[in-house]
Amino acid sequence: MRIELTSIFVDDQRAALDFYTGVLGFTKRHDIPLGDNFWLTVASPEVPDGPELLLEPSDHPAARAYRAALVEDGIPLVQFAVDDVDAEHARLTERGVVFTQPPTDIGTAGVAVFDDTCGNLVQIVAVKPETVAAG
Amino acid sequence: MADVFRALDDETRRLVLDQLATRDGQTLFEICSILAARYDVSLTRQAISQHLGVLEEAGLIRTERLGRSKYHYFTPEPLAEIARRWPTGQRTEP
Repeated sequence: MRIELTSIFVDDQRAALDFYTGVLGFTKRHDIPLGDNFWLTVASPEVPDGPELLLEPSDHPAARAYRAALVEDGIPLVQFAVDDVDAEHARLTERGVVFTQPPTDIGTAGVAVFDDTCGNLVQIVAVKPETVAAG
Repeated sequence: MADVFRALDDETRRLVLDQLATRDGQTLFEICSILAARYDVSLTRQAISQHLGVLEEAGLIRTERLGRSKYHYFTPEPLAEIARRWPTGQRTEP
């Protein structure tokens, strides 16, 4: 069994594609019309065979309530690995991304949380090298 | 004032104030992450949320919504009342 795809709900698929590719720097993998929406996935250019992220329409009323409650409490729905949280924070802030939590040292890793403008919070994580082996 | 003393009579709530005094304006998620990572506090988010409620009722923190997230801020004014009642600066010798 393998994890090849995971999904998040987004308010607007086109706006999400712009943000995840244009701002974050992911690459579009699939963009297939499916009823009123699209089978829309992105992936990291750093990992050509890596898992895809499905940007799924959040038209179910329960999805909206669920995501709004998480965002209110600052809870991220998805996490991406980065090499350097401070550098990513600087790069993304420069591009207008709003962070709900600035770079924070939590011992085993550096983390920060930003708003993806599509209804979700995203955590970036840089695990400290010395803790990888122990973990 | 009784609320303030009750609110301060708890190590977790004092740690929350320490955290906010260090960096003001944190989400519930950030408060929970740091309590767990730096102070080894392994309470549920719900429990931390209740502690925040006690601090807010006592006037020691306030919350503000910016965008879609809610942030917590330290409001130390009630603590000044303690210093006014029992000044630490001047003592007259008997």
